[in-house]
Amino acid sequence: MDQTVSVNNLSHQHVTFPDGLHLDCGFHLAPVDVAYRTYGTLSARRDNAILVCHALTGDQYVADPHPLTGKPGWWSRMVGPGLPIDTDRFFVICANVLGGCMGSTGPRSLHRREDGVEEPWGTAFPAITIRDMVRAQKLLIDHLGIRRLLAVVGGSMGGMQVLEWTATYPDCVFAAMPIATSPFHSAQNIAFNEVSRQAIFADPQWHGGRYWECNEVPARGLAVARMMAHITYMSEAALTRKFGRRVRQEPGRGGVPGALFGEMFEVESYLRHQGSSFVRRFDANSYLTITRAMDYFDLGAEHDGDMSRPFAGTRTRFCIISFSSDWLFPTSQARLVARALNRVAANVSFVEIDSDKGHDAFLLDEPDFDRTIRGFLAGAAEHAGIA
Amino acid sequence: MRLDQRLIAGMIRPRTRVLDVGCGDGALLDYLFRNSGCDARGIEIDMKEVTHAVAHGLPVMHGDADHDLVHYPDNAFDYVVLQRTLQAVERPRAVLRQMLRIGRYAIVSFPNFGHWRLRVQMLLRGRMPMTTVWNTPWYDTPNIHPCTILDFLTLCRDEGYVVQQWMAVDEDGERAPWRRSIRLANLFGEQALFLLRRKDTPRT
Repeated sequence: MDQTVSVNNLSHQHVTFPDGLHLDCGFHLAPVDVAYRTYGTLSARRDNAILVCHALTGDQYVADPHPLTGKPGWWSRMVGPGLPIDTDRFFVICANVLGGCMGSTGPRSLHRREDGVEEPWGTAFPAITIRDMVRAQKLLIDHLGIRRLLAVVGGSMGGMQVLEWTATYPDCVFAAMPIATSPFHSAQNIAFNEVSRQAIFADPQWHGGRYWECNEVPARGLAVARMMAHITYMSEAALTRKFGRRVRQEPGRGGVPGALFGEMFEVESYLRHQGSSFVRRFDANSYLTITRAMDYFDLGAEHDGDMSRPFAGTRTRFCIISFSSDWLFPTSQARLVARALNRVAANVSFVEIDSDKGHDAFLLDEPDFDRTIRGFLAGAAEHAGIA
Repeated sequence: MRLDQRLIAGMIRPRTRVLDVGCGDGALLDYLFRNSGCDARGIEIDMKEVTHAVAHGLPVMHGDADHDLVHYPDNAFDYVVLQRTLQAVERPRAVLRQMLRIGRYAIVSFPNFGHWRLRVQMLLRGRMPMTTVWNTPWYDTPNIHPCTILDFLTLCRDEGYVVQQWMAVDEDGERAPWRRSIRLANLFGEQALFLLRRKDTPRT
């Protein structure tokens, strides 16, 4: 399909690290490309940098138009001049995660097999972890000459990266905002991911992950995966408000009386649209690689089962944010992080934003959320001695 | 900042670690950071207040005295403050123990149930008293553990806490004149303010 080709031909701002990375799985991945975008100006003292970590299906295009869809950046309501993450004050960096499909090294990147043939990694791409993603970001931060980030901010899987940053590079993070996230992927989280993956595997165009050979993509499977996942990002109240039980005539079949699918609920139409637009910008193998990284995430397990241990002695200022109607990463999970931080007497703010928009609320208009981010970053900047 | 919060701030030495339990919008935290260079943090049960405080850059977390203090390590703070809340917690004695476990000093303020107006109302009307301080009917009040200044002193003695400083405060937060006699303070003080320390903490 053309879309694969067009995706492959896109060029993204990136930096190549020839020495690569040693991954948690034991594999040494080299070279490693990290694609990224920056906004604002790095101060002379290089002390005003904020790293934004994107979620599962996000990318580095936080605040400028997406090169494939043309849509505004995924957090353009939050990052920009005068906005809560104010690019007039701060230098904002966002990198495509390792394993992604927007320019950073991932399953779609080419590699040379042992027999010398060059082809995309596909399902042969090594298993990566959230910590591997963070290590790749650290390479970029070093490359940019930044010793300490004023803040690391991210929602959902981005929040996992924030937590991993504070655990792996505590001295490099002055302030951390894990949003709508969890210290580990729960059985329920893993279960949803597994259904997504099975939908991809079941697509006849999946071809065991070597779909590029047939010039196809498992679009249907990936779309179903996205549709299912999208339901988990919304609350029942949000679905009801947006769609209720409204129906519309299915074009072309409307005239057949009594047809089983002669009409379509608006929520079905919405999900189909979400699914079909997603496959135009995302790679199925990336989806598998990244969802697996999320499944493996368990901050406590990385530290002998003690979730407090990675934070012992931390001087990072934390602000944990959850949303009242988020059932994918509920407040109870966020509270586990807050209490782990309490046990080491860390400096922690913890807010549950009252919202009926579900997990997606962190991407949507929530004035209290905006105020919290703006205020916390302003406080962090003041304590860091940044005018 | 309320006047009694100024009295509390006056008890706290500069550049110390402070946990304010029930910090509201964080006015005391802000004052302690800006004027005393303290590392001051808060816990608040009302989410609106928490959001307000964090939106002003103050380190405040959602939680409450009964359930969240247990998670802090010993001696994490120099001072743990509990303002006008002791009478509303589920287990006041356990909360005080936690405060003096995680902090070297505890600063506690509470409305005094021994005030003469309450005594007179009970005596003459035979009904639960209603005053400006105790202003919710018995079936609605969050103040499930009212006590008098003398009651509190007894608890401190039983638990082995040293009362380093005490004062009676009127409703506006002004320090009341009953400085020598605790019995007069118990009769005329609307609010009480105590600075406690563990026996092993040196006097300052």
